[in-house]
Amino acid sequence: MKTFSKLLGSVALLGASVAHAGELEVTHWWTSGGEAAAVSEFAKAFDATGNTWVDGAIAGSGGTARPIIISRILGGDPMGATQLNHGRQAEELIEAGLMTDLTELAEAEGWTDLVNPPALLDACTYEGRIYCVPVNIHSWQWIWLSHDAFAQIDTPVPSNWNEFAAAAPKLEEAGIVPLAMGQQGWQQNGAFGVMTIAIAGLETWRKVVVDKDADAARGPEYAAVFEAAVDARTFAADSNVQDWNLATNMVITGKAGAQIMGDWAQGEFQMAGQVAGEDYTCLPGLGVNEILDTGGDAFYFPVIDDEETKKAQMALASTLISPEVQVAFNLKKGSLPVRGDVDLTAANDCMQKGLDILKAGGIMPSGDMNLTADTQTQIEDLMAEFWTSDMSAADAQERYADIIASAD
Amino acid sequence: MSSSSKARRPAGLFRNLSAKIASIPMVLTALVVFVGGTAWTVVYSFTSSKLLPKANFVGLDQYERLWSTRRWLISIENLAVYGFFSMIFTLLIGFTLAALLDRKIRGEDVFRTIFLYPFALSFVVTGLAWQWILNPDLGVQNVVRSMGWESFTFNPLNDPDIVIYGILIAGLWQGTGLIMCIMLAGLRGIDQEIWKAARVDGIGTVKTYVRIVIPMMRPVFITALVLIASGIIKIYDLVVAQTNGGPGIASEVPAKYVINYMFRAQNLGQGFAASTMMLLSVVIILIPWAYLEFGGKKRG
Repeated sequence: MKTFSKLLGSVALLGASVAHAGELEVTHWWTSGGEAAAVSEFAKAFDATGNTWVDGAIAGSGGTARPIIISRILGGDPMGATQLNHGRQAEELIEAGLMTDLTELAEAEGWTDLVNPPALLDACTYEGRIYCVPVNIHSWQWIWLSHDAFAQIDTPVPSNWNEFAAAAPKLEEAGIVPLAMGQQGWQQNGAFGVMTIAIAGLETWRKVVVDKDADAARGPEYAAVFEAAVDARTFAADSNVQDWNLATNMVITGKAGAQIMGDWAQGEFQMAGQVAGEDYTCLPGLGVNEILDTGGDAFYFPVIDDEETKKAQMALASTLISPEVQVAFNLKKGSLPVRGDVDLTAANDCMQKGLDILKAGGIMPSGDMNLTADTQTQIEDLMAEFWTSDMSAADAQERYADIIASAD
Repeated sequence: MSSSSKARRPAGLFRNLSAKIASIPMVLTALVVFVGGTAWTVVYSFTSSKLLPKANFVGLDQYERLWSTRRWLISIENLAVYGFFSMIFTLLIGFTLAALLDRKIRGEDVFRTIFLYPFALSFVVTGLAWQWILNPDLGVQNVVRSMGWESFTFNPLNDPDIVIYGILIAGLWQGTGLIMCIMLAGLRGIDQEIWKAARVDGIGTVKTYVRIVIPMMRPVFITALVLIASGIIKIYDLVVAQTNGGPGIASEVPAKYVINYMFRAQNLGQGFAASTMMLLSVVIILIPWAYLEFGGKKRG
């Protein structure tokens, strides 16, 4: 019996020593080259505060990682902190009281004044309390063009979608895939979203996505979008890659003419040693409608009943949003910082374009903030089918409108 | 004396008492985890639960949506195609291999190991291996083309119409070995006297198998059927590893729909409705059959 209780005691001690001060497991899905380089900036800065960053990278896109993260939190095995896209994904977790309230820290550091655009912090706010730290601004509305590919067909690099569409047959003749597209629902869905803003315009988009107006989704503006998507599908017919960074690589190596992808693609160009404006060109809003969405990544801190861990969580929250870390992280990641007051002279051509648009107020809320995961999955399923079959523009539009009609 | 007379006529409840006590944990597990969990799932499939289960009932809404969702219909169709061919070919190939091995060939152990080996691999490994084998730039197509047949095209995984057959090939490769072993055990259980009698009567080998041996192997076939059927219904990891449902949604299967809607789409109600439909299909097939097979007689 004595040995047994001794054993128990030592087990308890062991348990305590595992959860020693300031060690936080942080889960995220930043695993491509550029992303991993960026996330190590966070780790370095957090380790410098005397705590330890335990990296919990989950391979695969957010679609793979998110269920793992959520089921761990729900299953009573929460990590110290986790990346999520802010918006409606974490809504119910907050409602259930599983996320730590950061309001005190936010007030002490004055986040409401720092964070620009303010919509980012609004997305972290639930019933007046703040539950997450926005770390970057990501916008989907970019098309990346390979100078090399267009040099091969002796055509100037297009400055908008229509010029690109006109040049596409020539690219094809030269054996270049006009549009690189990873065969995954979220990429196809994202590209479609970008084309919506560029072609249908912000007002129509707002009616459909924010007000869930199915009639607007059946209207002529969206018909034009679906027609353009059919074109894009033809351009991307020979693009047989899955992951987005492989598709980006096709653009980097000149095997493809262009890719519609969010600004995180920039990190890949940077890793490959390419220079914006010389080796590749980026066009916000497909060069038609220069508006960026203000989605992005945020960190949430699941509730853990341990004082030391809580302290470490607060230290991490404060590190993530501090000016130096914001600059270091976002330069590597290719995204824009969430603070309006940091110096970004080191930013390249594409980031400067993005910053200018932000300053000029050309912003819109991201789809994540308006549509539930349920509706998004339905749209992704539709897009996955649309991009790989010969579904007509009219059929796709009708089914899209049905999903919008039943969205909540 | 009185105690021994008690032991001779035990009350029904206390007969084999220790055995019953020993099985209580398993009985409880079965009731709480399996039956209880199933009932809970079915009940919550009538609610509008999103990320967390909530008891606001919406009637058959989830089912209506389910059956008007294209992805679910494709999943069902794929499962039917996969199930039908998998059932037929696994039995056919499994039995043929077993019968060939049963002909007292040399090196039986070697062949048995080779055929059974794929079964030792997980579905994820099988899926990835076949993804590469069927990849046009690396696998079969490339090999045949490099042998000089330039126009040869075999690219099932990128063609929405036939992708499910690409998965079927991988499934068969993995599953037939086990069925072969079970069949072989059944064949070995057939009395040699029967073979002798058949030979005396001048019945050919094939005819003996079809007319005499197979009917005698009924219990073995039923075991094999149950194993194959359960493998078909729960197919998930193979698809995830091999195609992840693609291209598009052409190779989706019901189990994947359930997981996706429960966790990725954060719509528990929809996921529960789909899993209830899966349960229902199993029940509809299984119950009448189990009744016919095991009902009435014991240890038939």
